Amino acid sequence: MTDKQNITLTINGKDHAITVEPRRTLADAIREDCGQTGTHIGCEHGVCGACTVIVDGAPVRSCLMFAAQAEGKNIRTVEGLASGDTLHPMQQAFMDNHGLQCGFCTPGFLMLAVGVLEREPDISDEALIDVLSSNLCRCTGYQNIIKSVRAAAAEMRK
Amino acid sequence: MTAHTKGSGGDGMKWIGRSIRRLEDPALVQGRGRFTGDLPAAHWVRFVRSPNAAGKIKGVTAPGGAKVITAADLAGVKKITPMLHKFEYRPVGQPILADGEVRFVGEAVAAVVAASEEEAEDIADLVEIDIDDADPLVDSRAAIAAGARQIHAEAPGNVILKGEVKTAGFDDVWAGAAKIVKIDARSNRQNATPMEARAAHAAYDPVTGRVTLHCTTQMPHLMRTAIADCLGMPESDLRVVAPDVGGGFGQKMSLCTEYVLVTWLARHLKSSVAWTEDRRENLIASFHSRDQYITLEAAFDKDAKLLALRADVLSNVGAYSCFPTTSGVEPLMAMAEMPGPYDVQQYQCLARGALTNTCTMAAYRGVSRPVITFTLERLMDKAAKAFAIDPIDIRRKNLITTFPYKSATGLEYDEASYRETMEMAVEAIDVPAFRVQQQAARNKGEYLGIGFATFSERTGYGSPAFAARGMAITPGWETVHVTVDPSGFVEARIGSSPHGQGLRTTLAQIIAEEIGVTPGMIKVVHGDTDTAPYGWGTFASRSLVISGGATLIASRKIKAKLLKIAGHMLEAAETDIVLEDGKAKVAGTDREVTIAAMAREAYTQTHRFKGEIEPGLTESGTYDPPGTFSNACHVAIVRLDAETGHVKVERYLVAEDAGRIINPMIADGQVHGGVVQGIGNALLEEIVYDESGAILTANLADYMPPTAHEVPPIELHHMETPSTQSVTKAKGLGEGGTIGPPAAIVNAINDALTPFGVEIDTIPATPQRIRALLRNATNSALSRESGNPGGPT
Repeated sequence: MTDKQNITLTINGKDHAITVEPRRTLADAIREDCGQTGTHIGCEHGVCGACTVIVDGAPVRSCLMFAAQAEGKNIRTVEGLASGDTLHPMQQAFMDNHGLQCGFCTPGFLMLAVGVLEREPDISDEALIDVLSSNLCRCTGYQNIIKSVRAAAAEMRK
Repeated sequence: MTAHTKGSGGDGMKWIGRSIRRLEDPALVQGRGRFTGDLPAAHWVRFVRSPNAAGKIKGVTAPGGAKVITAADLAGVKKITPMLHKFEYRPVGQPILADGEVRFVGEAVAAVVAASEEEAEDIADLVEIDIDDADPLVDSRAAIAAGARQIHAEAPGNVILKGEVKTAGFDDVWAGAAKIVKIDARSNRQNATPMEARAAHAAYDPVTGRVTLHCTTQMPHLMRTAIADCLGMPESDLRVVAPDVGGGFGQKMSLCTEYVLVTWLARHLKSSVAWTEDRRENLIASFHSRDQYITLEAAFDKDAKLLALRADVLSNVGAYSCFPTTSGVEPLMAMAEMPGPYDVQQYQCLARGALTNTCTMAAYRGVSRPVITFTLERLMDKAAKAFAIDPIDIRRKNLITTFPYKSATGLEYDEASYRETMEMAVEAIDVPAFRVQQQAARNKGEYLGIGFATFSERTGYGSPAFAARGMAITPGWETVHVTVDPSGFVEARIGSSPHGQGLRTTLAQIIAEEIGVTPGMIKVVHGDTDTAPYGWGTFASRSLVISGGATLIASRKIKAKLLKIAGHMLEAAETDIVLEDGKAKVAGTDREVTIAAMAREAYTQTHRFKGEIEPGLTESGTYDPPGTFSNACHVAIVRLDAETGHVKVERYLVAEDAGRIINPMIADGQVHGGVVQGIGNALLEEIVYDESGAILTANLADYMPPTAHEVPPIELHHMETPSTQSVTKAKGLGEGGTIGPPAAIVNAINDALTPFGVEIDTIPATPQRIRALLRNATNSALSRESGNPGGPT
């Protein structure tokens, strides 16, 4: 494979200087090179969305992006959602509304929903379901995820 | 007769019946879950898998210098050979790596070991497997046809097991029937598809010589026993940890060859070794399910009362037998539970498992019941049509209403509410209003349909149920150790191994109720064979019933001991003391002592008990119940687009009864999730093999679990018939949600298809299958009357 490159990833405001092959995906770099294992990998072909992170304000499937492409961008992962001991309204809403069971897809759904609501706080219910249908969950049947995101949306608008 | 209570919620209890938030969640929502794939390792494994479905291995060629393990390296490692002592079962062994022969596409032939996952993948791409192709047998009917090539020397005719039952007097009743109704049902193959695929990480400890295996399993203790058996090592030298597990749904209860190999490698290399399965591997080579043909016939009297059932079940079990359940898991459950919720005492069944050149079949949420419920409920709708009566009425005539009820196969059904939940659903859905709406839609060339499914679900069954199947391993009982530590906090160590079911929370509620502390003071410890008592894990809608029962039994002993200690400390009669708010209180006085003070006393001031109370505060409970039947009625309303064959589920309603509900929020979540998996089963998900035995659905774009788009709001209605066969009065409900949807949805599709005169008895009912039916529709009466209802053909 091609020689490794030195890049710096900015994750949740913190710089990580890492050395990776050009083919390294952002998902693998976040997990293995930067040690942030809250971002999960479910399919590695861009369907399930478990690896969703926010890059420069937009939810992104980190398995479909190379780490090198994310250099210089602001990357946010699930580890950066809470402020200290205060959970983000989205995290709180998932707990309050039983929006998770095994928890494996949860970080991806949290980042997807936060990323979308930050850009479109008044998103319609129909458009919200469109957005949430881009990630897969096998435990909850989605009903309580939708309920959680609606509750968080109301909270985030306050 | 026990009263059925509408709605759910404990009867005046403090913690049971409350929707408290889950204790599991704070870590998971912050990305602090610990999953197997999160662990770093010195070595990584990539499996080289067979591209051929069948044939002899002529050679494996690896690039120079690569570390590649094949069967030849594994001398002394035993095959996985599950055993049944009944039903003409033929034990077949699965080598840890294919040994001389491959039997399905995806079978692991070699394992590449390298310093990173990427390097292992690169090397694996260069490994060549030379296979002398044999004609593959993909379909179960082809596999058992006369003259078919034999897949295993031990199983003549490729039949791995054959179960037969026939009740006395069957032939006479059958001969005297007024009407026989028949269905040929086909359930295609599925994959449980947990969002976390499989993963294993084994680390060798040079000081003790022990290996710690982290893996995504539902049964850590049994994995320890089975892997130690395969490797011929002392079981005490192996620690198995199921950390956070990202869904299982049955796929993670079977032993996989990969975990044996990773453990072997850790011992061989005296280091740490990891494997993370990719999604393609999961879809082609983990475990499959539900691939069955069922022919079911029913004999009725002239009043549409069911007299007898006759079934022929042919289950495609794949290339090997899964451990521990064996490949009997689907055909034998189908045979035992086919009669479902109906009163029928005459029954004949032939159930066979066919070996084929496909991925091994194992348990998937609901096991056979989504398939047998689909078959039986389709049959009841066909019978209603044959008698020209309402589908609800034929069920009213035949549902069991008197308990306990002994089934034709000898199962004892405890008190349930088959009829009551159906009536609850009928009322809630408002069938007459729907029929008006349906007719109005038809007048506009739009097709709506309604479908019902009623079913019973055997849950929480202990060792005798597994012994009855002749299983060499009977994973029935559970043990729980409850300890109040010297600080007054509580720890429960359990043998069950939850992975999303919220058992840490519900068991804490059971303990809290019993000993008067808050759930927040209780930690439930599971999934580590070094700290948890031997147990069987989480599967088969069992953990809340069996582990919950053991928890209650242990908690009652803790309560008894606390009352004794309090009696000593407060100088009062035990009968005058109540445990609440973390204290023991003498009723009617202000005398009280905290549980923390009592706990401290129990460890540090035992001389005061004068030998009357044993030191310490740990108690055990073990529970091995006979099994208890949950039940439900599911109703689907669908809209069928005759031009495209697309089906949209517009409404989905569940009226269910799982006995006492410990946490309604968690119970509802289980039903929601199950129903959506069932929608996938009914409409979307199918593993497709081509004639060469290659899988055409090896990614999540081709194998399609439902998304938020395909899911209607699910309306839940509850009834509580407290179980007499469960100490907590709770019944199991983990699988129920998945059982009803194929039946309810396909019945609804067939209701929508009525004007076309065609029926579909295959799942999933994909647009392609529906369009094929509509194209071939022979009933053109309607098209003559009102134009072309099918649109373009």
